[in-house]
Amino acid sequence: MDNEKEKMTSVQNEQKEEQYSLSDDRRVKVLSPGALVAKRFFRNRLAVTGMIILLLMFVFSYIGGIITPYAQDQKFYRTDVQAKDYAGVLHNEEFRYTVGNSDLFKSSTHAQALKAIIEGSKSFDYDGYSYTLDEIDKDIYTITCNGEIVGIASKELVNSSTIEPCSFQFTYDAFKARAEKKTSFTSEGVNYNLGADGVITTEDGTEKAYISEYIVKAVMSDVFFTREFKNELIEAVEAGDESFTYTGEDGVTAEYILKYDAATKAWDVKQEIDTKVFDTYSSPSKAHWLGTDRNGMDMLTRLMYGGRISLMIGFIVVFIEAILGVIMGGISGYFGGWIDGLIMRIVDVFYCIPSMPIIIILGAAMDAANLPSLTRMIYLMLILGFLGWAGIARLVRGQILSLREQEFMTATEACGISVPRRIFKHLIPNVIPQLIVYMTMGLGETIILEATLSFLGLGVRFPFASWGNIINDVNDTFVLTNYWFIWIPAGILLLVTVLAFNIVGDGLRDAFDPKMKR
Amino acid sequence: MRKYIVKRLLQSIVILFFVAFIIYALMRCLPTSYVETIARQKSMAPGSKSYEEWMEQLTALYNLDGSIISGYFHWLGSMLRGDFGDSWKWTVPVLTKFNDTVWLSFVMGLISFILEILIAIPLGIIAATKQYSKTDYTISVIALAGISLPTFFFASLLKLVFSVKLGWFDLYGLVGRNYDQLSTFGQLMDKGNHLILPIITLVVVSMGGLMRYTRTNMLEVLNADYIRTARAKGLSERKVIYHHAFRNTLIPIVTIIGSSLPGLFSGALITETLFGIPGIGFASYYSMIAGDIPFSMFFLVFSAMLTLLGNLIADILYAVVDPRVRIA
Repeated sequence: MDNEKEKMTSVQNEQKEEQYSLSDDRRVKVLSPGALVAKRFFRNRLAVTGMIILLLMFVFSYIGGIITPYAQDQKFYRTDVQAKDYAGVLHNEEFRYTVGNSDLFKSSTHAQALKAIIEGSKSFDYDGYSYTLDEIDKDIYTITCNGEIVGIASKELVNSSTIEPCSFQFTYDAFKARAEKKTSFTSEGVNYNLGADGVITTEDGTEKAYISEYIVKAVMSDVFFTREFKNELIEAVEAGDESFTYTGEDGVTAEYILKYDAATKAWDVKQEIDTKVFDTYSSPSKAHWLGTDRNGMDMLTRLMYGGRISLMIGFIVVFIEAILGVIMGGISGYFGGWIDGLIMRIVDVFYCIPSMPIIIILGAAMDAANLPSLTRMIYLMLILGFLGWAGIARLVRGQILSLREQEFMTATEACGISVPRRIFKHLIPNVIPQLIVYMTMGLGETIILEATLSFLGLGVRFPFASWGNIINDVNDTFVLTNYWFIWIPAGILLLVTVLAFNIVGDGLRDAFDPKMKR
Repeated sequence: MRKYIVKRLLQSIVILFFVAFIIYALMRCLPTSYVETIARQKSMAPGSKSYEEWMEQLTALYNLDGSIISGYFHWLGSMLRGDFGDSWKWTVPVLTKFNDTVWLSFVMGLISFILEILIAIPLGIIAATKQYSKTDYTISVIALAGISLPTFFFASLLKLVFSVKLGWFDLYGLVGRNYDQLSTFGQLMDKGNHLILPIITLVVVSMGGLMRYTRTNMLEVLNADYIRTARAKGLSERKVIYHHAFRNTLIPIVTIIGSSLPGLFSGALITETLFGIPGIGFASYYSMIAGDIPFSMFFLVFSAMLTLLGNLIADILYAVVDPRVRIA
């Protein structure tokens, strides 16, 4: 293959040699300096790889952001089954007291009554009164004093089905009706029906109360249970089930979990219902290739927009640095003398200012001032640019110091070209190669610096994404341990991008260097 | 030579004066939230003076009244007397806190610096002697990767692998849970154990620069005429590289190493903060976040001084080490 090519070219050369005369300029293949640099650059495989990586990174960040179906700050939800405390069931195994006359049936009297019930005696004396016990049904006793029924001791209870509690008289009448196995009774002038399951309804069919050993109470005050639900619940409790499902009147089926708490002798009933929550830290899936972050936003999309911000900040900062540096360095190098001395001392001062601590302090100050995210980002770029120009100024000055002594500068002077034109049209272009190399390397550095600041929470802020503040989540040890997809992709992108900038910068330096062998 | 050093010293002092002024002006322009917070807290205490009175007293105490320039000269005066004031955040004199933290940072920095030299210089020389070989490319890429690696990302990776997955080291801190029960030697070992990951981070992140610097300089030396002469003389390649070339490469390397030495005292802000190592970087980070002006001021001026000192050492060493350089 190569041999063929060589043959081809040699044939072509021969043809050309035939066509052009010896003195013809076209016989010599002339490449512009730019073309030579490009040729040398593209021969460096590592640098070309870096270039391709950078191109991919730009495509990923800028075009990816357009292609992705999600927006930068679009939040995703998922339905999650959450067990919420729903009800409590208490199985009553002790005597409970319903008080009719609180003067004659005080809580101290309750204990005496209980004692009498256990002993099986029919009466007891307490506090100067004598009480009589009557068992009207199994485990239901009435306590009478001075011919008045002052209280009821019972294991079963008459539970009101409405908000209004049952009156004493009603309770007594209900117990009595059941003991006498009646299907209806009258209490306080109202007729009630008594069902076999202990449910008491008014004549129009609405439920008034029910008699049961179980007390079912809702955790939320606005929830009322239907009879059917209560029956199912109690059935499940009696059967010792751990869960049951119930379809309510509105057709919603929910799963209920029963848990017996030995300490309070009660069952906690939890309702498992579907709740809409932010889809936080979900693992990579088809919909979200890199999962979602802390706020339920698509990670891949965040990475794309983060790339835009990181690259943009890098370019703007380096641009500011370059403008300041070229102006200061150019003036300093061209004029020399006391101007040079003054500017170089300023450069020294800026060189000495510890930039990282200063930026951290300013970041904390911006926190205190509660700046909006966008303003903050602009300030950040300005500060980074303003603190970083000293290096470029030194570089430009050094180059210009040596260039201005060369003949072409004498020629420009002789031609009467104005000073700014001489500096910016004839000197600066000769510094451009070094400047490009420096800026390329500086881009990588700036991106790392910005990422570090954002990582510390002092740089780019939510809702903007930057690779640094995406990794910021790793400060949470739980994320570090469990959710690799939150921070490792961002870190790799950051590393690869900065590496590519450095490799390209290196390649450019070699390509610009005419002494290079290759 | 002496004249040159004196001149450079004086120049450095002038620069330091302006750097300190810029830093002071910057600190004064910050929202003085810390003083306000303290004043508010103190005025909350039962039977205390009012907020305004506290505010007045505190601003007077910290010389926050008056103009920036007069405040700066006041600060400069007390600084020259060695009085840096009390740290607000750590509630001890600034110099005490500095003394408590700086040595840990220095030891950590020194160990990683030595490791860095031991790894970077040989690798840089190997890369230069085998220019354009696979070894050269590998070493160059490693060096560039080290430079490109964000400290916080590498530290997090180390934590994930060695602390979480393998469980060899603790995630944070300088001492383990049972530190107080250990013998003196055990305590030392415990501290050493906690310093391993931060040191690895520092070495990996910083060795790339030195490696590339060595390679570039070695290449330059290898292209010099006297190396060609040595080869022409028929010396073995070993002798040419390790005897003739290496010594000449040492000149810039010694210069850069010497100029890095002061930097060892400034600590590693990010690494220390991430690993919870209570060195000077850690202390200064939390001071800066909390708006602790005395300590931050001290640390910033101290860092600037170290940078200047580094430059000075570089210039002097350059002349001292290389007999070809003569300074008028």
